[in-house]
Amino acid sequence: MTEASGVRPTVAAGRPRPTVRSLLQSIEVDTRLVGMIAALAIIWIGFNVLSGGLFLTPRNLWNLSVQSATVAIMATGMMLIIVSRNIDLSVGSILGLTGYTMAMLQAIWIPTTFGLGFGQPYTWIVALIVGLVLGAAIGGFQGFIIAYGGVPSFIVTLGGLLVWRGLVFEINDGQTISPLDSTFSLLGGGPSGSIGEMASWALGILACVVIVLTLVRSRRQRRKYDFQMRPMWAEFALGLFGCLAVLAAIVVVNSYPWPEQLARQFAEAQGSPWPEGGLKIPTGIANPVLIAIGVAMLMTVLATRRRFGRSVFAIGGNPEAAELGGINTRRTIMLTFVLMGILSAVSAAVQSARLNGAVTSLGTQIELDVIAAAVIGGTSFSGGIGTIPGAVLGAVVMQSLRSGMLLLRVDSPIQDIVVGTVLVAAVGLDTIVRRRSAR
Amino acid sequence: MTTTARVPLVEMRDIRVSFGGVHAVDGVSVDLYPGEVVGLVGGNGAGKSTLMRSLSGARPPDGGQILVEGQPVAITNPRAAKALGIETIYQTLALADNIDAAGNLFLGRELTDKFGTLDDSAMQSATRKVIRRLNPNFKRFTTPVRSLSGGQRQSVAIARAVHFNARILIMDEPTAALGPAETEQVRDLIRQLKNEGIGIFLVSHDIHDVFDLSERIAVMYHGKIVDTVKRADVTTDVVLGMIILGKRPDEVTREELAGLRA
Repeated sequence: MTEASGVRPTVAAGRPRPTVRSLLQSIEVDTRLVGMIAALAIIWIGFNVLSGGLFLTPRNLWNLSVQSATVAIMATGMMLIIVSRNIDLSVGSILGLTGYTMAMLQAIWIPTTFGLGFGQPYTWIVALIVGLVLGAAIGGFQGFIIAYGGVPSFIVTLGGLLVWRGLVFEINDGQTISPLDSTFSLLGGGPSGSIGEMASWALGILACVVIVLTLVRSRRQRRKYDFQMRPMWAEFALGLFGCLAVLAAIVVVNSYPWPEQLARQFAEAQGSPWPEGGLKIPTGIANPVLIAIGVAMLMTVLATRRRFGRSVFAIGGNPEAAELGGINTRRTIMLTFVLMGILSAVSAAVQSARLNGAVTSLGTQIELDVIAAAVIGGTSFSGGIGTIPGAVLGAVVMQSLRSGMLLLRVDSPIQDIVVGTVLVAAVGLDTIVRRRSAR
Repeated sequence: MTTTARVPLVEMRDIRVSFGGVHAVDGVSVDLYPGEVVGLVGGNGAGKSTLMRSLSGARPPDGGQILVEGQPVAITNPRAAKALGIETIYQTLALADNIDAAGNLFLGRELTDKFGTLDDSAMQSATRKVIRRLNPNFKRFTTPVRSLSGGQRQSVAIARAVHFNARILIMDEPTAALGPAETEQVRDLIRQLKNEGIGIFLVSHDIHDVFDLSERIAVMYHGKIVDTVKRADVTTDVVLGMIILGKRPDEVTREELAGLRA
């Protein structure tokens, strides 16, 4: 019954020639997101051809997933900031300062300054919490000046970019801090910082269940409110595509084995003999990727299912209307910056754990990648428009470009030229499309 | 006053609002009783909207006193006004264009379940109920209000004001963007709300709207109240004269009247 009602209009309309756009509209898929996935596919295949098959390998894709994670984590917060018509240029320096502080805690302050010694079980969590609180405090401080002081966010965070980076150098004369606590460094990924084969499969299957349940629930909601429903084949196609993408990703990360040296150490520790054909231990999903997925899910809930997110979008759409509607716009704006500070600290933990140390240049210029990721992901600088999946996908696009060019041994200045061009071209194209669809 | 037995719903005393050196509202006093519509008329820049913005919390007054049901209140922001049961339909409509009708209706007052998650189902069904009452042709509940027509947008703004059981309603040019049929619906709505005992300040350029709906008419001129008159006591010509000349009928000279007629 319901399937028929979804199909009938197209039949009754005498079948106008279906275009890709009308087809996408009828199944109510975000056209922009589909475009981005298509662009990503072109980038991946292009690099794979140019590099002679080196790009689409488990090893490269696994690394790409880890590299994208830091930018993706921050891009979700940057999306909300830009949606509210602000900008945060200081995220790279916040990352640097929080990362450096967390490293100092583990390598110097807790073991030596407080004399508690190395390898304490609580070291990693204390360092992490201090880092997150520091990030929140810095973000809150900047947000306070922006929201309550009325100083433009561009100026405040430009100042922050200089101040927080300067502080990094002041903490310990700019020395490199290493190594980090062994538990903490698991946050950065690597073979031991990944969840392995079985857990990856379990998560993949769980994700598929969630996808199917979400589709079913949304269909029920639509029926309840007489919304136009997707044709049944589209529901199946969406579910199938989602599940296949998830499972393919799991196959890829599980096809990336531990390096032989580590596998040997592992075998020795287990006391088992080294097998003939070598020991292939699947790496599975890396912890940074897991953190990024968790952050993206939380941020999606925050942006679309909570009053806070609704307020941010309302402020971006019409600041005066938001204020007249009784939204506490100042507090909301300040909170977006607190959130951005926390997310920068999360990325700092991942980044420093991955390096197993902190350098003064940690996170330098990452703000540009983060802003570019959010904008490529469809976040509008005029405010009010943006999605979390878009921002995450934008981060993957950015990192794919960088990693692909690295694989092709493109010089770093040329890389910058390409990334800059792509950024402007992507947003330019998007603006033209949007203007046309608005007519 | 004729209605000394009753306490006014709203009493604004000696309200002053200035922008820089300009006195946009200069010592204005008006009151509003339950179940009454007070029309607020005047030329452009007379201070009607500014006076109303000081009651709705959008721009707190620089001086004067506001009493709601006899109690002095401090309306420092829109939240405070809403808490007192003062709802406003702004001339600009104050809609967030990127959000759908339900999102705008509940802007700043979203319904949530016990976990604090937005209860979209409840908000959608409430929105449908209230908007269908105002505009039966309204269908596009889930598209951003950007893509709605002027009349539909106005429906959303009006629905927002009436949904939350206002005691005091401020309507700033509520029919400006509407066609004849929709205007009639809004007029019906105003009569209905009046019967429910709600007090309404109606700001309008349309003198006929004001005459049809108001019990009393307050005429503003250059930031001051010229006079507040009962509708039954005046004609549209008299009110128009007050709007244009800024004087009470008994103050107008023969020459000025002749100038108007010419």
